[in-house]
Amino acid sequence: MNTEQYAALLPEITAVNQPFWDGCAAGELRLQACGQCGRHRFPDSPVCPRCLSARFSWEPVSGEGTLWSWLRMHQRYFPAFADEVPYLVAYVRLAEGPFMISSLAEEPAELSPDLPVRAVFVPSPSGRVICKFRVTA
Amino acid sequence: MSIDPTDVAIVGVGQSDFRALYHSRDVFRDAYGLAADALAQALDDAGLAKDEVDALLCSRVEYARMADVLGLRHPHFVHDLEGSGRMSGLALQEAVALVSSGLASVVACVYGNNGRSVQMKYGGEGGGPTVAYDEMYGMTSPGAYVALMYQRYRQLYGAPGDALAPLAVNNRRNATRNPVAVFQQELTTEEYLSARYIAEPLRLLDYCLINDGGVAFIVTSAERAASLRKPAVRVAATAGMADLTNHYTSDDFFFGACQDVARRLYQQCGLRPDQMNAMQVYDNFLPTILFTLEGFGHADRGEAWQWVRDGRIHHDGPRPVNTSGGHTAESYMQGWAMHVEAVRQLRGEAGARQVPGCQAVQYMCASPIVTSHVLTIG
Repeated sequence: MNTEQYAALLPEITAVNQPFWDGCAAGELRLQACGQCGRHRFPDSPVCPRCLSARFSWEPVSGEGTLWSWLRMHQRYFPAFADEVPYLVAYVRLAEGPFMISSLAEEPAELSPDLPVRAVFVPSPSGRVICKFRVTA
Repeated sequence: MSIDPTDVAIVGVGQSDFRALYHSRDVFRDAYGLAADALAQALDDAGLAKDEVDALLCSRVEYARMADVLGLRHPHFVHDLEGSGRMSGLALQEAVALVSSGLASVVACVYGNNGRSVQMKYGGEGGGPTVAYDEMYGMTSPGAYVALMYQRYRQLYGAPGDALAPLAVNNRRNATRNPVAVFQQELTTEEYLSARYIAEPLRLLDYCLINDGGVAFIVTSAERAASLRKPAVRVAATAGMADLTNHYTSDDFFFGACQDVARRLYQQCGLRPDQMNAMQVYDNFLPTILFTLEGFGHADRGEAWQWVRDGRIHHDGPRPVNTSGGHTAESYMQGWAMHVEAVRQLRGEAGARQVPGCQAVQYMCASPIVTSHVLTIG
């Protein structure tokens, strides 16, 4: 994979989302948690979607979730992934509620909806550590 | 002065010859020219003069340029709707609201799409609230977010690998009876199944077309409609509900929002799902038809893939779906051309694809903004 092309697909690290990426580097999934009602949210956003409080902290979460769905991408939409097709994309519902697009670090022989998964942290082709998931069942 | 929303009518429709545009493929087309041509047709269809238009609603084209192109200098109301498929239903709803409130009396709703000329890919171009966190996994494109829903649907409800074939075949069969449809040839199940995957489980032939075209419709009061050229098509009911989250993917396939819209819609018009003579179902990707038929009570939950298999959705069956060919075979005008088809069916102008005795047509769009209307005549 062309690492420069891949790097362009990574989110920019900002003052707001820095704790998320620090968490990945430390092998831990961290989400914004509302300072008033405790609700977790992803991706980062300015206020709590439940109570509208702007107070928040970044907290480590369980890293557990379920495989809501998945697909196998055959189309070469991104030059960086041209040699990877077909590849798996996973849609994970985190135990704390938010959904995340991700992929599976290891793919079991068979997939089915709602398989339990856990976050794992692996270096991406650009070197930045990203969050993937592993089926735990 | 305000009038009852059900005393509002569609009085003029216009659209491009999609087939002709598709086949002269090397011509670059301007979305504003396509929209203007459609509006000129709609004015003629209604027997209205341009200067009688006093409100302009635009989608995928923007009002300032559009009004300048059209020479509509002083409309009483103007508004842009984004160029997404969920907006065609909203355009009609907004037009009904404008007319019924008295803010405007003749509303022109116009749409121009030169997606093919500008080589739209609908993938890889960014946008959306979470896209920054999705692309690093190779995730992109509206179809892929629908593929996630369909993967789960088929696993939960046991839909086999060819479950969408009847929808693809039906759209293409209907298109052969529509002289302006891009595709004019029928499709076999085998041909459908041999199409390559894009975002598996979705195949190329589950995807809408990318083509150029314009569409317009004109909305006014039923009272005014009575003196115009064509029989008025009433907006007997219309309702909507959003289902807005981080992703296009809805965790109930838009079922809850569709059910809520359906309840209010059927109550407004006093009709049941089985009383619709034809259904125009927004089909950006074919699984959306299944989600819609279930959400709106046409098929039981989890069973739409079986419900569409026995021919009842054929144009000569009891519950015709996408009589002009839908977005996979007629044209991808993001729901706009489906409104035109509904009007033509009700007026008896649909030629070889005419549903006999067509008195009520339902438009449905299951998307992050769910909308549905029941249009009637007579």
